[in-house]
Amino acid sequence: MGSKNTYYALYNDDDVLLSAVKKIRESKIDIEEVYTPFPVHGLDKVMGLKPTRIAIAAFLYGCIGITVATLMMYYIMIVDWPQNIGGKPSFSYLENMPAFVPIMFEMTVFHAAHLMVITFYLRSRMWPLKKAENPDPRTTDDHFLIELSSDKTEVSLKKFLKQTGAVEINKPNK
Amino acid sequence: MYTFSNRLKIFSIVLIIIGSLGWFYSYSVSHITLEEVKTMLASESHHGHSHSIIDKENEVHHNEYVDEHNTKNHDSAYSKDDHGHEKDHAEHVLHQIHNRPYAALYVAAFFFMMISLGVLAFYAIQYASQAGWSPVLFRVMESITYYLLPGSLIVLLIAVIGDKHIFIWMDPDVVAHDEIIQGKSAWLNKNSFIVRGLIYIAGWSLYRYFTRKFSIAQDKARDNKNFKRNFQISAGFLVFFIYTESMMSWDWIMSVDPHWFSTLFGWYVFASMAVSGITVIALITIYLKSKNLLNFVNDSHLHDLAKFMFGFSVFWAYLWFSQFMLIWYANIPEEVTYFVTRIEMYPIPFFTMFSLNFIFPFLVLMNSDYKRVPIFIVMAGIVILIGHYMDVYMMIMPATVVDRYGFGIAEISSILIFLGLFLLFVFYSLSKHELLAKGNPMIKESENFHY
Repeated sequence: MGSKNTYYALYNDDDVLLSAVKKIRESKIDIEEVYTPFPVHGLDKVMGLKPTRIAIAAFLYGCIGITVATLMMYYIMIVDWPQNIGGKPSFSYLENMPAFVPIMFEMTVFHAAHLMVITFYLRSRMWPLKKAENPDPRTTDDHFLIELSSDKTEVSLKKFLKQTGAVEINKPNK
Repeated sequence: MYTFSNRLKIFSIVLIIIGSLGWFYSYSVSHITLEEVKTMLASESHHGHSHSIIDKENEVHHNEYVDEHNTKNHDSAYSKDDHGHEKDHAEHVLHQIHNRPYAALYVAAFFFMMISLGVLAFYAIQYASQAGWSPVLFRVMESITYYLLPGSLIVLLIAVIGDKHIFIWMDPDVVAHDEIIQGKSAWLNKNSFIVRGLIYIAGWSLYRYFTRKFSIAQDKARDNKNFKRNFQISAGFLVFFIYTESMMSWDWIMSVDPHWFSTLFGWYVFASMAVSGITVIALITIYLKSKNLLNFVNDSHLHDLAKFMFGFSVFWAYLWFSQFMLIWYANIPEEVTYFVTRIEMYPIPFFTMFSLNFIFPFLVLMNSDYKRVPIFIVMAGIVILIGHYMDVYMMIMPATVVDRYGFGIAEISSILIFLGLFLLFVFYSLSKHELLAKGNPMIKESENFHY
């Protein structure tokens, strides 16, 4: 058994990519990462990734948002500067609550959306000025790249990958 | 192929019979005399706490009927207030008690009709948008819409027979003393009410008839001619529907409060009918699936139906709140009376209805995984249906029986009658043809649908 080598297999169609991922996993070759120009539907399932927990995070962020909105409106409209708007003096939060519902809704959406995006970036280890990790710039255009490692011989592996529909196979120099 | 079992048939007929008996009972006991009402009111005011209630009642009463009083007894309403109020009040209560069986029947009839109509619109949207996921559910949808023609005719019939018991503007005495209704009489008069109603029903039923015919014909066809025709008439129907649905909601619901109006009422009623309709599609699909008759429906289809249930519940809440908040904020007396009567006299049903229709489905169906678990869909679905029955109830009852409301024999019997009729028509129609619209050009895509 030789040591493991890394290979980049490039595809130019998302359906071919999906079936290739399936075949590669069936033949017990490790897929390190897949780079795609756009989100490919169902890729996470065929790669065998764990289900995302972002939905739970989104729910919690929404709860934070609605709490922030409630406290904020309570402070602004009731505590700090009560006004008489449309004959409805703001002396009680509960009685003025309908007026604050749009704000509660917007803040819920705002927090859920923004915090979710930030969570996603952090979880994917992306931040401003970071150098791109994708090994081939074409994965931002029209190519799909599977990064895999295998201890098979280069010739047999390339032959196998060609059969899965790869248009190009590279072995990066480390 | 589904066979309409005798057990279900007998069950539906029994529901109708029990319901009819119950309704006629409630109808007969509702016929009390003015004297009886007076003794009833007197005994009510002898109870300890009743003074505040009666006071509040009168106050609310004023809110609701202030215009009516004003105009009905034009010159004398306030001059004879001290003396005549008691008699007036007793008369009102008498009317309200008389109205209750009619209103209860009308609420239930409208609720089941609305399910059918919502499904018909949803079905037309599937054709017009050439949706690929839904054709496996077409036969279920078509069967639910089979109830539309009888259901809507019955609603119209009850409206016409119920007359001033449901629609106060149908009472010539009231109109004669009410300038606001007089101003609206070009629209709100009984003849044009009936003609309009018949036009709505004719349009919906014609579409229903032809779309079903083409859908069945497509099963055996070699080309897609029927499918294309269905696409065309569905697009046309949707245009017709969105106008007539809106006008129907003014006629059949909003005009029970003839002084009040809301510009988004048509949308609000549409949200109610869409969500109840989709819920019933999901419930019947789950029922048939449990009998192994819909094996081509997978959990992705259920997931999509549940998404629609979730989405339309939120949409309904959005419209409900939009209507409420603008009226609450502007606080214009003639508009705000609608919510004042409801919140003050119906506090429990009012807020229960909102939680059942929004908060419960929102929390239960939010999780993506739950949307494909039948038990969660059934649970949320039943709550949604109860909630939307209450929604219709809250639209009709405060205008007809005011504070003499309840949920008793009249209401339950009415629900039983129309539940029985609904089951009878829907399951009869289900048994007529194969449950898979196999000639639909999208059927392959639909069968392989996965999410």
